[in-house]
Amino acid sequence: MTNNNLRQRAWDAAAAVVDPEIPVLTIADLGVLRDVAVTPDGVEVAITPTYTGCPAMNMITLEIELALDRAGIRPARVKTILSPAWTTDWMTEDGRRKLREYGIAPPPAAASRRALFGADSAACPHCGSADTEKLSEFGSTACKALWRCRACREPFDQFKCH
Amino acid sequence: MATTSIQVAETPLVRLALQRADDALVLGHRLSEWCGHAPVLEEDIALANLALDLIGQARELYALAGEAEGAGHDEDQLAYLRNERAYRNLLLLEQPNGDFALTIARQFLYAAFIDPWWRATLHATHPGLAAIAAKAEKETAYHLRHSAEWLIRLGDGTPESHRRAQEALDRLWPYTGEMFEPAEATLVADGVCADPPGLRETWNATVDAVLAQATLQRPKDGWMQTGGRAGRHTEHLGPLLAELQYMQRVLPGAVW
Repeated sequence: MTNNNLRQRAWDAAAAVVDPEIPVLTIADLGVLRDVAVTPDGVEVAITPTYTGCPAMNMITLEIELALDRAGIRPARVKTILSPAWTTDWMTEDGRRKLREYGIAPPPAAASRRALFGADSAACPHCGSADTEKLSEFGSTACKALWRCRACREPFDQFKCH
Repeated sequence: MATTSIQVAETPLVRLALQRADDALVLGHRLSEWCGHAPVLEEDIALANLALDLIGQARELYALAGEAEGAGHDEDQLAYLRNERAYRNLLLLEQPNGDFALTIARQFLYAAFIDPWWRATLHATHPGLAAIAAKAEKETAYHLRHSAEWLIRLGDGTPESHRRAQEALDRLWPYTGEMFEPAEATLVADGVCADPPGLRETWNATVDAVLAQATLQRPKDGWMQTGGRAGRHTEHLGPLLAELQYMQRVLPGAVW
Protein backbone atom coordinates (compact mmCIF):
# COMPACT_ATOMS: atom_id res chain seq x y z
CA MET A 1 0.00 0.00 0.00
CA THR A 2 1.31 3.44 -0.76
CA ASN A 3 1.85 5.95 1.99
CA ASN A 4 -0.87 8.18 0.59
CA ASN A 5 -3.42 5.41 0.74
CA LEU A 6 -2.37 4.51 4.27
CA ARG A 7 -2.58 8.13 5.34
CA GLN A 8 -6.07 8.50 3.87
CA ARG A 9 -7.30 5.29 5.52
CA ALA A 10 -5.85 6.42 8.85
CA TRP A 11 -7.40 9.88 8.44
CA ASP A 12 -10.82 8.38 7.64
CA ALA A 13 -10.66 6.09 10.66
CA ALA A 14 -9.60 8.89 13.02
CA ALA A 15 -12.03 11.42 11.52
CA ALA A 16 -15.01 9.20 12.37
CA VAL A 17 -14.29 9.28 16.12
CA VAL A 18 -17.00 11.25 17.93
CA ASP A 19 -16.84 13.61 20.88
CA PRO A 20 -18.00 11.50 23.87
CA GLU A 21 -19.90 14.46 25.32
CA ILE A 22 -21.52 15.64 22.05
CA PRO A 23 -21.84 12.40 20.11
CA VAL A 24 -23.29 14.04 16.96
CA LEU A 25 -19.95 15.73 16.29
CA THR A 26 -16.87 13.97 15.00
CA ILE A 27 -13.43 15.23 15.89
CA ALA A 28 -13.12 16.31 12.25
CA ASP A 29 -16.28 18.45 12.59
CA LEU A 30 -14.82 20.01 15.73
CA GLY A 31 -11.49 20.77 14.12
CA VAL A 32 -9.73 18.77 16.86
CA LEU A 33 -8.12 16.41 14.33
CA ARG A 34 -5.16 18.33 12.95
CA ASP A 35 -2.94 15.98 11.03
CA VAL A 36 -2.15 12.37 10.21
CA ALA A 37 1.41 11.51 9.26
CA VAL A 38 2.97 8.25 8.10
CA THR A 39 6.35 7.93 9.76
CA PRO A 40 8.94 5.13 9.77
CA ASP A 41 7.73 4.27 13.30
CA GLY A 42 4.06 4.04 12.33
CA VAL A 43 1.12 6.37 11.92
CA GLU A 44 1.01 9.51 14.02
CA VAL A 45 -2.27 11.36 14.61
CA ALA A 46 -2.09 14.96 15.86
CA ILE A 47 -4.97 16.46 17.83
CA THR A 48 -5.45 19.82 19.55
CA PRO A 49 -7.33 20.07 22.86
CA THR A 50 -10.47 22.23 22.88
CA TYR A 51 -10.48 23.46 26.46
CA THR A 52 -7.35 23.13 28.59
CA GLY A 53 -9.06 20.99 31.19
CA CYS A 54 -11.47 19.16 28.88
CA PRO A 55 -11.87 15.67 30.36
CA ALA A 56 -13.04 14.31 26.98
CA MET A 57 -9.53 14.58 25.52
CA ASN A 58 -8.26 11.42 27.26
CA MET A 59 -11.30 9.55 26.00
CA ILE A 60 -10.83 10.89 22.45
CA THR A 61 -7.18 9.79 22.43
CA LEU A 62 -8.19 6.29 23.47
CA GLU A 63 -10.99 6.17 20.88
CA ILE A 64 -8.58 7.16 18.08
CA GLU A 65 -6.13 4.43 19.11
CA LEU A 66 -8.96 1.89 19.09
CA ALA A 67 -10.31 3.11 15.73
CA LEU A 68 -6.91 2.77 14.05
CA ASP A 69 -6.38 -0.62 15.61
CA ARG A 70 -9.76 -1.81 14.32
CA ALA A 71 -8.79 -0.56 10.87
CA GLY A 72 -5.64 -2.69 11.10
CA ILE A 73 -3.34 0.33 11.17
CA ARG A 74 -0.51 -0.53 13.55
CA PRO A 75 1.54 0.80 15.17
CA ALA A 76 -0.21 4.13 15.70
CA ARG A 77 0.09 6.84 18.28
CA VAL A 78 -1.69 10.07 19.14
CA LYS A 79 0.15 13.24 19.96
CA THR A 80 -1.28 16.46 21.35
CA ILE A 81 -0.23 19.78 19.89
CA LEU A 82 -1.00 23.00 21.72
CA SER A 83 0.00 25.52 19.08
CA PRO A 84 -1.79 26.99 17.25
CA ALA A 85 -4.47 26.88 19.92
CA TRP A 86 -7.86 25.46 18.98
CA THR A 87 -10.66 27.94 18.49
CA THR A 88 -14.38 27.51 17.84
CA ASP A 89 -13.72 29.10 14.42
CA TRP A 90 -12.28 25.73 13.36
CA MET A 91 -15.65 24.05 13.69
CA THR A 92 -16.97 23.17 10.25
CA GLU A 93 -20.27 24.48 8.83
CA ASP A 94 -21.49 20.92 8.80
CA GLY A 95 -20.56 20.65 12.47
CA ARG A 96 -22.49 23.83 13.31
CA ARG A 97 -25.58 22.49 11.54
CA LYS A 98 -25.34 19.16 13.38
CA LEU A 99 -25.03 20.96 16.71
CA ARG A 100 -28.15 23.02 16.02
CA GLU A 101 -30.11 19.92 15.04
CA TYR A 102 -28.94 18.26 18.25
CA GLY A 103 -30.39 21.18 20.27
CA ILE A 104 -27.17 23.06 21.02
CA ALA A 105 -26.69 26.62 19.76
CA PRO A 106 -23.42 26.71 17.79
CA PRO A 107 -20.65 29.10 18.88
CA PRO A 108 -20.72 32.62 17.48
CA ALA A 109 -18.26 32.95 14.60
CA ALA A 110 -14.99 34.88 14.92
CA ALA A 111 -13.71 34.05 18.38
CA SER A 112 -12.34 37.51 18.99
CA ARG A 113 -12.46 39.21 22.37
CA ARG A 114 -15.38 41.21 20.96
CA ALA A 115 -17.30 38.01 20.46
CA LEU A 116 -16.18 36.82 23.89
CA PHE A 117 -17.33 39.98 25.64
CA GLY A 118 -19.43 41.88 23.15
CA ALA A 119 -23.14 41.64 22.70
CA ASP A 120 -24.04 38.16 23.85
CA SER A 121 -26.63 36.46 21.73
CA ALA A 122 -27.76 33.00 20.71
CA ALA A 123 -30.62 31.95 18.51
CA CYS A 124 -32.79 29.23 20.03
CA PRO A 125 -31.86 25.91 18.37
CA HIS A 126 -35.44 24.63 18.92
CA CYS A 127 -37.62 27.39 17.44
CA GLY A 128 -35.05 29.76 15.92
CA SER A 129 -36.16 32.77 17.97
CA ALA A 130 -33.57 35.41 18.82
CA ASP A 131 -35.50 36.32 21.97
CA THR A 132 -33.26 34.38 24.38
CA GLU A 133 -31.48 34.98 27.68
CA LYS A 134 -28.37 33.56 29.26
CA LEU A 135 -28.99 31.74 32.54
CA SER A 136 -25.42 30.78 33.41
CA GLU A 137 -21.97 31.31 31.96
CA PHE A 138 -21.15 27.68 32.72
CA GLY A 139 -23.18 24.70 31.61
CA SER A 140 -23.14 20.92 31.63
CA THR A 141 -19.61 20.72 30.19
CA ALA A 142 -16.63 23.10 30.09
CA CYS A 143 -17.48 24.21 26.56
CA LYS A 144 -21.11 25.17 27.09
CA ALA A 145 -23.22 27.95 28.64
CA LEU A 146 -26.85 27.59 29.72
CA TRP A 147 -29.54 29.66 27.98
CA ARG A 148 -33.33 29.90 27.86
CA CYS A 149 -35.63 30.83 24.99
CA ARG A 150 -38.29 33.40 25.88
CA ALA A 151 -40.39 32.47 22.83
CA CYS A 152 -40.74 28.68 23.20
CA ARG A 153 -39.67 28.66 26.89
CA GLU A 154 -37.22 25.79 26.31
CA PRO A 155 -33.80 25.83 27.98
CA PHE A 156 -30.80 25.08 25.76
CA ASP A 157 -27.02 24.82 25.79
CA GLN A 158 -24.80 27.11 23.75
CA PHE A 159 -21.34 26.08 22.63
CA LYS A 160 -19.24 28.92 24.04
CA CYS A 161 -17.13 31.13 21.85
CA HIS A 162 -13.50 30.20 22.42
CA MET B 1 9.99 1.16 45.16
CA ALA B 2 8.36 4.18 43.58
CA THR B 3 9.62 7.66 44.38
CA THR B 4 7.94 9.28 47.37
CA SER B 5 9.43 12.77 47.20
CA ILE B 6 11.30 14.77 44.56
CA GLN B 7 13.64 17.75 44.46
CA VAL B 8 13.47 20.00 41.41
CA ALA B 9 16.51 21.72 39.92
CA GLU B 10 15.01 25.16 39.33
CA THR B 11 16.18 27.40 36.54
CA PRO B 12 14.34 30.74 36.09
CA LEU B 13 12.08 29.16 33.42
CA VAL B 14 11.35 26.08 35.55
CA ARG B 15 10.56 28.34 38.51
CA LEU B 16 8.22 30.50 36.40
CA ALA B 17 6.33 27.46 35.11
CA LEU B 18 6.08 26.04 38.64
CA GLN B 19 4.81 29.35 40.04
CA ARG B 20 2.00 29.56 37.52
CA ALA B 21 1.27 25.83 37.74
CA ASP B 22 1.13 25.92 41.56
CA ASP B 23 -1.13 29.01 41.40
CA ALA B 24 -3.52 27.20 39.08
CA LEU B 25 -3.48 23.89 40.96
CA VAL B 26 -3.93 25.37 44.43
CA LEU B 27 -6.78 27.67 43.37
CA GLY B 28 -8.32 24.87 41.30
CA HIS B 29 -8.18 22.58 44.34
CA ARG B 30 -9.80 25.20 46.56
CA LEU B 31 -12.63 25.68 44.04
CA SER B 32 -13.13 21.93 43.77
CA GLU B 33 -13.87 21.90 47.53
CA TRP B 34 -17.14 23.71 46.68
CA CYS B 35 -18.34 20.82 44.53
CA GLY B 36 -21.70 19.77 45.99
CA HIS B 37 -21.71 22.68 48.49
CA ALA B 38 -22.31 25.84 46.43
CA PRO B 39 -25.35 28.00 47.22
CA VAL B 40 -27.19 27.19 43.98
CA LEU B 41 -26.84 24.46 41.38
CA GLU B 42 -25.69 26.78 38.55
CA GLU B 43 -22.93 28.09 40.78
CA ASP B 44 -21.90 24.62 41.86
CA ILE B 45 -21.41 23.78 38.18
CA ALA B 46 -19.69 27.10 37.48
CA LEU B 47 -17.13 26.71 40.28
CA ALA B 48 -16.38 23.14 39.19
CA ASN B 49 -15.88 24.41 35.63
CA LEU B 50 -13.47 27.10 36.81
CA ALA B 51 -11.60 24.45 38.78
CA LEU B 52 -11.41 22.26 35.70
CA ASP B 53 -9.91 25.09 33.61
CA LEU B 54 -7.31 25.80 36.28
CA ILE B 55 -6.32 22.19 36.83
CA GLY B 56 -6.01 21.79 33.06
CA GLN B 57 -3.71 24.81 32.90
CA ALA B 58 -1.70 23.40 35.81
CA ARG B 59 -1.19 20.12 33.94
CA GLU B 60 0.22 21.85 30.87
CA LEU B 61 2.43 24.13 32.97
CA TYR B 62 3.80 21.21 35.00
CA ALA B 63 4.54 19.37 31.76
CA LEU B 64 6.41 22.46 30.54
CA ALA B 65 8.33 22.72 33.83
CA GLY B 66 9.30 19.05 33.68
CA GLU B 67 10.45 19.38 30.09
CA ALA B 68 12.47 22.52 30.88
CA GLU B 69 14.09 20.83 33.88
CA GLY B 70 15.01 17.79 31.81
CA ALA B 71 15.18 15.39 34.76
CA GLY B 72 12.25 13.25 33.67
CA HIS B 73 9.71 14.60 36.20
CA ASP B 74 6.17 14.41 34.87
CA GLU B 75 3.11 16.50 35.77
CA ASP B 76 1.92 14.04 38.43
CA GLN B 77 5.27 13.90 40.20
CA LEU B 78 5.53 17.68 40.23
CA ALA B 79 2.04 18.04 41.70
CA TYR B 80 2.08 15.17 44.19
CA LEU B 81 5.67 14.70 45.29
CA ARG B 82 6.92 18.16 46.20
CA ASN B 83 6.79 19.35 49.80
CA GLU B 84 5.05 22.49 50.99
CA ARG B 85 8.27 24.53 50.99
CA ALA B 86 8.81 23.67 47.32
CA TYR B 87 5.38 25.05 46.35
CA ARG B 88 5.66 28.46 44.71
CA ASN B 89 2.03 29.64 44.63
CA LEU B 90 0.69 33.01 45.74
CA LEU B 91 -0.48 33.14 49.37
CA LEU B 92 -3.80 34.63 48.19
CA LEU B 93 -4.76 31.44 46.40
CA GLU B 94 -4.21 29.03 49.30
CA GLN B 95 -6.53 31.00 51.62
CA PRO B 96 -9.50 28.86 52.69
CA ASN B 97 -12.78 29.28 50.82
CA GLY B 98 -14.55 30.99 53.75
CA ASP B 99 -18.07 31.98 52.74
CA PHE B 100 -19.19 32.39 49.12
CA ALA B 101 -18.27 36.11 49.19
CA LEU B 102 -14.68 35.31 50.14
CA THR B 103 -14.38 32.71 47.37
CA ILE B 104 -15.74 35.19 44.82
CA ALA B 105 -13.53 38.05 46.04
CA ARG B 106 -10.43 35.81 45.89
CA GLN B 107 -11.34 34.72 42.37
CA PHE B 108 -11.96 38.27 41.19
CA LEU B 109 -8.78 39.79 42.66
CA TYR B 110 -6.69 37.05 41.03
CA ALA B 111 -8.53 36.95 37.69
CA ALA B 112 -8.17 40.72 37.30
CA PHE B 113 -4.41 40.13 37.43
CA ILE B 114 -3.88 36.82 35.68
CA ASP B 115 -6.11 37.49 32.67
CA PRO B 116 -4.03 40.48 31.47
CA TRP B 117 -0.85 38.59 32.44
CA TRP B 118 -1.77 35.73 30.11
CA ARG B 119 -2.79 38.16 27.38
CA ALA B 120 0.59 39.91 27.67
CA THR B 121 2.25 36.49 27.52
CA LEU B 122 0.53 35.57 24.22
CA HIS B 123 3.55 36.83 22.31
CA ALA B 124 6.14 35.32 24.64
CA THR B 125 9.36 34.15 23.02
CA HIS B 126 8.86 30.70 24.57
CA PRO B 127 6.54 28.88 22.15
CA GLY B 128 5.31 26.42 24.78
CA LEU B 129 4.30 29.17 27.18
CA ALA B 130 2.72 31.23 24.39
CA ALA B 131 0.65 28.19 23.35
CA ILE B 132 -0.65 27.74 26.91
CA ALA B 133 -1.38 31.48 27.09
CA ALA B 134 -3.52 31.27 23.94
CA LYS B 135 -6.03 29.03 25.73
CA ALA B 136 -5.59 30.38 29.25
CA GLU B 137 -6.33 34.01 28.39
CA LYS B 138 -9.77 33.08 27.05
CA GLU B 139 -10.53 30.84 30.02
CA THR B 140 -9.46 33.43 32.58
CA ALA B 141 -11.48 36.09 30.72
CA TYR B 142 -14.58 34.03 31.56
CA HIS B 143 -13.39 33.69 35.18
CA LEU B 144 -12.96 37.45 35.43
CA ARG B 145 -16.36 38.21 33.99
CA HIS B 146 -18.10 35.62 36.14
CA SER B 147 -16.48 36.66 39.42
CA ALA B 148 -16.95 40.40 38.67
CA GLU B 149 -20.67 39.86 38.03
CA TRP B 150 -21.02 38.04 41.35
CA LEU B 151 -19.04 40.63 43.30
CA ILE B 152 -21.35 43.35 41.96
CA ARG B 153 -24.41 41.28 42.81
CA LEU B 154 -23.16 40.68 46.36
CA GLY B 155 -21.87 44.21 47.01
CA ASP B 156 -24.95 45.88 45.59
CA GLY B 157 -27.30 43.28 47.06
CA THR B 158 -28.66 42.99 50.59
CA PRO B 159 -27.03 44.61 53.67
CA GLU B 160 -25.84 41.12 54.65
CA SER B 161 -24.28 40.28 51.28
CA HIS B 162 -22.70 43.75 51.13
CA ARG B 163 -21.19 43.34 54.61
CA ARG B 164 -19.77 39.93 53.75
CA ALA B 165 -18.32 41.08 50.42
CA GLN B 166 -16.63 44.06 52.10
CA GLU B 167 -15.23 41.84 54.86
CA ALA B 168 -13.86 39.44 52.25
CA LEU B 169 -12.09 42.24 50.39
CA ASP B 170 -10.64 43.69 53.61
CA ARG B 171 -9.39 40.28 54.66
CA LEU B 172 -7.78 39.37 51.32
CA TRP B 173 -6.34 42.76 50.43
CA PRO B 174 -2.98 42.26 52.21
CA TYR B 175 -2.37 39.26 49.92
CA THR B 176 -2.80 41.20 46.67
CA GLY B 177 0.62 42.90 46.68
CA GLU B 178 2.43 39.62 46.09
CA MET B 179 0.94 39.30 42.58
CA PHE B 180 2.93 42.31 41.44
CA GLU B 181 6.36 41.17 42.58
CA PRO B 182 8.74 41.47 39.61
CA ALA B 183 9.51 38.46 37.43
CA GLU B 184 13.13 37.35 37.27
CA ALA B 185 15.18 39.81 35.27
CA THR B 186 16.49 37.30 32.73
CA LEU B 187 12.94 36.16 31.89
CA VAL B 188 11.77 39.71 31.25
CA ALA B 189 14.92 40.57 29.29
CA ASP B 190 14.44 37.50 27.07
CA GLY B 191 10.76 38.27 26.54
CA VAL B 192 9.65 34.97 28.10
CA CYS B 193 6.81 36.49 30.11
CA ALA B 194 5.09 39.71 31.10
CA ASP B 195 6.52 41.57 34.09
CA PRO B 196 3.81 41.80 36.78
CA PRO B 197 4.60 45.37 37.96
CA GLY B 198 3.62 46.58 34.49
CA LEU B 199 0.11 45.18 34.96
CA ARG B 200 -0.71 47.10 38.11
CA GLU B 201 -2.50 49.94 36.32
CA THR B 202 -4.68 47.55 34.35
CA TRP B 203 -5.52 45.73 37.57
CA ASN B 204 -6.29 48.98 39.42
CA ALA B 205 -8.63 50.10 36.65
CA THR B 206 -10.53 46.78 36.62
CA VAL B 207 -10.78 46.60 40.40
CA ASP B 208 -11.86 50.23 40.81
CA ALA B 209 -14.53 49.98 38.11
CA VAL B 210 -16.04 46.79 39.55
CA LEU B 211 -15.87 47.93 43.19
CA ALA B 212 -17.59 51.21 42.27
CA GLN B 213 -20.42 49.32 40.61
CA ALA B 214 -20.57 46.96 43.58
CA THR B 215 -20.75 49.93 46.01
CA LEU B 216 -17.76 48.43 47.85
CA GLN B 217 -14.86 50.36 49.38
CA ARG B 218 -11.37 49.70 48.06
CA PRO B 219 -9.28 48.78 51.14
CA LYS B 220 -6.23 50.92 51.87
CA ASP B 221 -2.87 49.60 50.72
CA GLY B 222 -0.85 48.77 53.83
CA TRP B 223 1.52 45.96 54.74
CA MET B 224 1.51 43.34 52.02
CA GLN B 225 2.14 39.68 52.82
CA THR B 226 4.90 37.96 50.86
CA GLY B 227 6.77 34.66 50.81
CA GLY B 228 4.78 32.25 48.63
CA ARG B 229 7.26 32.40 45.76
CA ALA B 230 10.03 31.41 48.21
CA GLY B 231 7.99 28.57 49.72
CA ARG B 232 7.10 30.42 52.94
CA HIS B 233 3.38 29.78 53.14
CA THR B 234 0.49 30.53 55.46
CA GLU B 235 -0.69 27.75 57.76
CA HIS B 236 -3.36 26.81 55.21
CA LEU B 237 -1.26 25.23 52.44
CA GLY B 238 -0.03 22.25 54.48
CA PRO B 239 -3.51 20.78 55.14
CA LEU B 240 -4.50 21.42 51.50
CA LEU B 241 -1.48 19.48 50.23
CA ALA B 242 -2.06 16.74 52.79
CA GLU B 243 -5.44 16.08 51.16
CA LEU B 244 -4.24 16.64 47.59
CA GLN B 245 -1.15 14.42 47.89
CA TYR B 246 -2.38 11.80 50.35
CA MET B 247 -2.84 8.92 47.92
CA GLN B 248 0.54 9.19 46.16
CA ARG B 249 2.36 9.59 49.47
CA VAL B 250 0.71 6.58 51.10
CA LEU B 251 0.69 4.35 48.02
CA PRO B 252 3.59 5.66 45.93
CA GLY B 253 3.05 5.20 42.21
CA ALA B 254 -0.57 4.05 42.63
CA VAL B 255 -2.52 3.95 39.35
CA TRP B 256 -6.10 3.01 38.57
